[in-house]
Amino acid sequence: MDKDPRVSARHAGNDTAGATQKATRQAKPEAGARLTVAKTYKIYIGGKFPRTESGRYYPLRDKSGEVIANICSGSRKDFREAVVAARGGFANWSSTNAYLRGQILYRIAEMLEGRGQQFVAELVIQGVSKQRAATEVTATVDRLVYYAGWADKYQQVFSAVNPVASSHFNFSVLEPMGVISILAPEDSGLLGLVSNIAPAITGANTCVVLASTSMPLCAISFAEVLESSDVPPGVVNILTGSQDELAGQFASHMDVNAVIHAGSDGERIKEVQLLAANNIKRTIVRTQTSWVGETGQGPYFIKDTQETKTTWHPVGA
Amino acid sequence: MSIPATEFASRFPDLSRQMRVDQVGVEERVARFCKRSIKNQSKVQALSMALSMIDLTTLEGQDTPGKVRQLCQKALHLHDQLPGLPHVAAVCVYPTMVAVARQALAGHDIKVASVATAFPSGQSPLAAKLADIKMAVDSGADEIDMVISRSAFLQGNYARVFDEIGAVKEECGSAHLKVILETGELGTLDRVRRASVIAMHAGADFIKTSTGKIQPAATMPVTLVMLQAIRDFYYETDRLVGMKPAGGISKSKQAIQYLVMLREVLGERWLTPELFRFGASSLANDVLMQLQKQATGVYQSPDYFSKD
Repeated sequence: MDKDPRVSARHAGNDTAGATQKATRQAKPEAGARLTVAKTYKIYIGGKFPRTESGRYYPLRDKSGEVIANICSGSRKDFREAVVAARGGFANWSSTNAYLRGQILYRIAEMLEGRGQQFVAELVIQGVSKQRAATEVTATVDRLVYYAGWADKYQQVFSAVNPVASSHFNFSVLEPMGVISILAPEDSGLLGLVSNIAPAITGANTCVVLASTSMPLCAISFAEVLESSDVPPGVVNILTGSQDELAGQFASHMDVNAVIHAGSDGERIKEVQLLAANNIKRTIVRTQTSWVGETGQGPYFIKDTQETKTTWHPVGA
Repeated sequence: MSIPATEFASRFPDLSRQMRVDQVGVEERVARFCKRSIKNQSKVQALSMALSMIDLTTLEGQDTPGKVRQLCQKALHLHDQLPGLPHVAAVCVYPTMVAVARQALAGHDIKVASVATAFPSGQSPLAAKLADIKMAVDSGADEIDMVISRSAFLQGNYARVFDEIGAVKEECGSAHLKVILETGELGTLDRVRRASVIAMHAGADFIKTSTGKIQPAATMPVTLVMLQAIRDFYYETDRLVGMKPAGGISKSKQAIQYLVMLREVLGERWLTPELFRFGASSLANDVLMQLQKQATGVYQSPDYFSKD
């Protein structure tokens, strides 16, 4: 309806330069102000990024209450699919040689380093101070490098030749348990998540992880890092959603060999332990509040999800 | 062995009058069967029904009497933790293993089925095929799964295919005859339809999709075409012919989709192991895992179910 073409151009949301360039603007109108392309945060199963099967989402808000993203509210069926993917990926991952697993972990660190700024920005949106966010991302990269180094060394540390009172050569070695379900810490969206995933996969297990409900952004971006770092499909599967809804499933699934719960809520720990008893699943509870430094890493984190196999080999007479 | 000319002419179907298959239509119809929501109580019922229709199968070069006995043991004790389970319909083995299976299943009403007629290729002279059948029937097989000669069929020698099935039917005596079309080698749905019609007119009690040795094995479009052929044959002759999709059905969800298709194409009369079977070896365990999940509410692991 406007007679003046400049007015309609302003309505389209541009033209701050205004009248000085009127002639050229009229001849070739500038496009509207660019809309930001918001990222769709999806879940990560079997090396793919599907939306949740349930079609449910929850809004994630920043400090000012603005919606940042709609996060998949994963269902038990998503979890079931993820366990199938993890089980499928186990044979391949557990037979990958230790040196190569270390290289792949190192590769994850490389890719994460390259995308560091994105992770800092995401942590800041989720309420972490800028400085702490930068420290956390650096610490996460270092943690991956730390476990990359352990990948072909923890076996020597924990294996043993045992003295026995008969003519047998008796030795114990570690073997991966299989599929590990991980309830990641609620208050550490990146470092806490990676501190639980890295030792499990370093030890040749595959895992299904439930990301922090209130800080899920980094988990999905980390899945993108995994996807582009030679980690075979199914080795790490990441879901988002409510722990109240999914913790029981994580603990009770018969095809999961161990469950890791990172958090200190006594009721939740009890629930997980009770349901895990179903198939005598190993239950690992990590109650630390800080994942920085030596409290958040160590070869014993790897050993948590290992079985010890002892072999009796006859010798001599 | 071939049928006298006059009788042949009266029994051989007029293939020119068979309707052509609309492939796009078939695929759209199949897609709709896969969208039915079968939950809770109806799911449990569908799963038990699927279980009762399974032909537990082992058809390997490495089969031994021990392995066949083990399979029979599995048929008798599917999952004893779950009371009230139906038993599978039959155990399906090679002719040389029929006697072993018969003995292992003595006193139970699980049928013994045997593949025969130079399974899986069908590339042997008729005399050898008939000897194969005689051996299986004499050893106590209740059901014979024969393969058609795809070689003759693809050459257009339909009369020979028809004659062979007729001769085999005669040799079977009271044993039920299932005719395997090996649809993966037939190429088009039109040929599947034609082969189904020939088999049914020649005396098949069941028509079966595949040997399980060729990919693709059973698919829903192929099964739909065969079910439609069975329906039209029923309208024409008043005879109820059974259907057995075999190979490639390993998940409960697929099995339920097949049952939905069966119910919607042929109706409730066909929802019985007398007229519908699944040829599968790994389906049983998946169905059992689902039933256990429904009973306990906890997702199951294959670690806790017997291997075949």
